[in-house]
Amino acid sequence: MKLLRFFTAGNVDDGKSTLIGRLLFDSKSISTDIIETLTRQSKTTGVDTDIDLALLTDGLRAEREQGITIDVAYKYFSTEKRKFIIADTPGHAQYTRNMFTGASNTDLAIILIDARNGITDQTKRHSIISAILGIPHILICVNKMDLVEYKQSVFEEIKSDYLKFSERLNLNKVSFIPVSALAGDNVVKPSGNLNWYNGYSLFEFLENVEIDQANDAQEPRFQVQYVIRPQTDELHDYRGYAGSMLSGSLRKGDRVQIFPLDIETNISKIEKYQIEVEEAHAGDPVVIHLSDDLDVSRGSTIVKSNELPNTDNFIEATICWMDNKAYQSGQKLLLQQNSFRSKAIIKEIEAKIDIHTYDELESDDVMNLNDFCKVNIKTAESISFDSYSKNRKTGAFVLINENTNNTVAAGIIH
Amino acid sequence: MKDYLDQLEAEAIYILREVAGQFDRPALLFSGGKDSICLVHLALKAFRPGKFPFPLVHIDTGHNFQEALTFRDNLAEKLGERLIVRKVEDTIKAKNLQDGKGKFPSRNELQTYTLLDVIEEFEFDACIGGARRDEEKARAKERIFSVRDEFGQWDPKKQRPELWNIYNGKIDKGENVRVFPISNWTELDVWNYIKRENIELPSIYFTHERDCISTEHGQLMNVNEFVQIEPEDVIVKKNVRYRTVGDMTCTAAVESKAFTVDDIIKEIKETKISERGATRMDDRVSEAAMEDRKKGGYF
Repeated sequence: MKLLRFFTAGNVDDGKSTLIGRLLFDSKSISTDIIETLTRQSKTTGVDTDIDLALLTDGLRAEREQGITIDVAYKYFSTEKRKFIIADTPGHAQYTRNMFTGASNTDLAIILIDARNGITDQTKRHSIISAILGIPHILICVNKMDLVEYKQSVFEEIKSDYLKFSERLNLNKVSFIPVSALAGDNVVKPSGNLNWYNGYSLFEFLENVEIDQANDAQEPRFQVQYVIRPQTDELHDYRGYAGSMLSGSLRKGDRVQIFPLDIETNISKIEKYQIEVEEAHAGDPVVIHLSDDLDVSRGSTIVKSNELPNTDNFIEATICWMDNKAYQSGQKLLLQQNSFRSKAIIKEIEAKIDIHTYDELESDDVMNLNDFCKVNIKTAESISFDSYSKNRKTGAFVLINENTNNTVAAGIIH
Repeated sequence: MKDYLDQLEAEAIYILREVAGQFDRPALLFSGGKDSICLVHLALKAFRPGKFPFPLVHIDTGHNFQEALTFRDNLAEKLGERLIVRKVEDTIKAKNLQDGKGKFPSRNELQTYTLLDVIEEFEFDACIGGARRDEEKARAKERIFSVRDEFGQWDPKKQRPELWNIYNGKIDKGENVRVFPISNWTELDVWNYIKRENIELPSIYFTHERDCISTEHGQLMNVNEFVQIEPEDVIVKKNVRYRTVGDMTCTAAVESKAFTVDDIIKEIKETKISERGATRMDDRVSEAAMEDRKKGGYF
């Protein structure tokens, strides 16, 4: 069985929670005791429908009180074919950072459009964020089709508007489905009300959408998380580098380059769960042994000598500022890329990105919460990386405020 | 493309290794339940042939099932890993706390004191736990690296953004991080994993005969020395198993014919009641019971 991670963005008024509720309901992923609780709560929130499905995803007291999603909630369901992880993210502009967070490691974005309203600022913002994050597949759900009499013309118009708008975003793959989450049309089963539509229902789409990412990076990249050194009598010389195969594959005997040491050596052994294997594949947690005794530590990168990454103290990136406090010029930061950390400083804010038009605006050297900016960053240690558009694993990083320890920005390397 | 269990396993191992790499004094909170038993199994995969870079820590409420305690001791001994046990009973005496009262005297709130004490005693900077997001709606909101202040409190409004597989565990002295490597697993995933990996469990997870009384919500509670049996209670012999292993005073049994892990998986697929709904009395207090406990330093 395969795993599909997707995110949904929007708010109660877009029918997002109703849609997720439907998916969970109709895949029989909600238990009766939860439904009872919801029915009890729904009476206190005074929503007209029998059950207020938003209460299912809005897990915090503050969210239930205000009737909005503030932070990401994770929901799970599975069918015979697939297991699904939903990152249910807020749609309000003020919670953009939470949306960026929930969307970061997903394979699919579901963007809801209210059939009555067509494309809104929110649609644009969510699409642009998906574009920045390089989400492999975008699904536009045109919802509330029941309120426009299930007219094909409405759906087609929204579709063509969206394609026109998204032309310059370089989105990977876009699909469109007309639904009514409330009435249940085309969510699980095709609906007679939408007989002009011949494609997948939402459920069928989720079960069948291709998730072997076409843009999965092939370059062999491994990063050391932890050095295993038992130092016992029988394992006196054992020194294994535990970490995850970030992308591509490495084989026993491969000639490899170690960064930041910048030394060449060979892979002498690869172990997976204490069993020796010939090859480590993307996603495998393995332990790698090298033929030379080197000072390789946490954060070091092991790559194949003939497929080198960029290594530099200087990177160009697009970042989303996530701290409540605005960026202070010259602020001391730490850059973390997987397990690699280095002191860092933002040298220049080149431009600000208008998150509703994707236009580049002249920088005013200010970065506030939820601002997207193109920046130049200088790191104390040299960092090995690939461009994010080529490799989502080695082209992403966060910035940490050295003083407060908070994660203040997330970035993708150009 | 890997199977989903391989992906969940790889994610959990990645997180465990991040803990080992980022913290000086981590601990694994071990309850003797299936989720923490899975964590131990994952730690073996993450760190062998080395030793675990953390001890196992158990908060013994005094209301634990004997089967779970015996299992705990045997496991620690078999693995040769360090086990630290701290008792809620001792905290109650030392701090002169009020013990749980009523028919089912819960020590659920009280174990937070013991947990915070043991964190202080050993200066743990990270505590790994087996909580899952599918269990409860407040848990569904918590980060995998969940930063707690000096009082162990969770502040859902101040959660750090957590993107890709980048975990920021940087903290000041006195603070700690709760880490949940199997956040993305569901109850069924855990059982499928137990089956695939052939993981041993305490016997109370499988059906057995037990004296029970029925609560007002129709939950089956084990008859034991901590539960006050009243004249109107009817004690019945039932074939039951436990879906979760918590305290005897707040964990209900479910009727079951499951002798094997396969039987259990079949039962879970057919059941209409959620894991915590079926077995926990402590969540029924209010809609925000878990959120409030977490804000108070609970796991």
